[in-house]
Amino acid sequence: MTIQEIAFYIFSGIAILAALMVVSARNPVHSVLFLVLVFFNAAGLFLIAGAEFLAMILLIVYVGAVAVLFLFVVMMMDINFAEIRQGFVRYFPVAGLVGLVLLGEIIFAVTGLPDIRVMGQGMLPVANPIPDPHLVSNAHAIGRILYTDYIYVFQLAGVILLVAMIGAIVLTLRERKGSKHQSISNQVKRNAQNTLELIKNKQIGSGIEK
Amino acid sequence: MIDINAYLIVAAILFTIGVFGIFINRKNIITILMAVELMLLAVNINLVAFSSYLNDLTGQIFTMLILTVAAAEAAIGLAILVVYFRNRGSIAVDEMNSMKG
Repeated sequence: MTIQEIAFYIFSGIAILAALMVVSARNPVHSVLFLVLVFFNAAGLFLIAGAEFLAMILLIVYVGAVAVLFLFVVMMMDINFAEIRQGFVRYFPVAGLVGLVLLGEIIFAVTGLPDIRVMGQGMLPVANPIPDPHLVSNAHAIGRILYTDYIYVFQLAGVILLVAMIGAIVLTLRERKGSKHQSISNQVKRNAQNTLELIKNKQIGSGIEK
Repeated sequence: MIDINAYLIVAAILFTIGVFGIFINRKNIITILMAVELMLLAVNINLVAFSSYLNDLTGQIFTMLILTVAAAEAAIGLAILVVYFRNRGSIAVDEMNSMKG
């Protein structure tokens, strides 16, 4: 057994156990922490597969941003943890059945896979062969094709992030009643025609008649 | 070199745990969102495994796109959750019926 295989089994075993804890932990805070453990081990699996850049991206984006976001939201909300656990026992049989059937189907389909490298000789061209990792690093190789052949994918990812950012801000922005902050659009809309009124007095001191 | 079947089976197990989590946590929408993240991670593991197996970098590019979409989905989902909790004071999924859907 090579060291790669030992690392693979350790990473995948811990990832699966932690994933089970994510869905079954009593406290959502513990769920988020187990989710972080799953992401760390998945990053290890990516490293074994030779995708170093993606492994680091997974750690930065998921552990550094998404998991912390989950943690903030879980901790900010005042939730009755006992109440949301109701139905766990009731749904367990059907959930377990659906899960086992799905797992059996996927493993049946996956392990019966013909060797597509042999099957696809000449028919399945490799679009972007991975260069020798001793000469070109993984990040360099991804950058070479990400900014050229896949520039639309890259731009699309940026647009998706922009839309998500604007959407999250619009959803959660709240204007408090009685807040004294400046309303720039109201200020710009004001002009002399609808704010300034000239009243001709007959005599100074006689008051204004409307 | 790890056999690709091992990767695919690990990804299948993670995906199934995600589905199982959605079924079993019928009341807790935070855990449902986390289960969706697990399923997307399983898809990413599949893509990276095939990228390594076929010696093709394209899979890693699309893994990055899925990572972006998953991050955006988590942000929007949590924003909706925060607004819902602010308005209703509860996040019970089975009581979400204000749209009569």
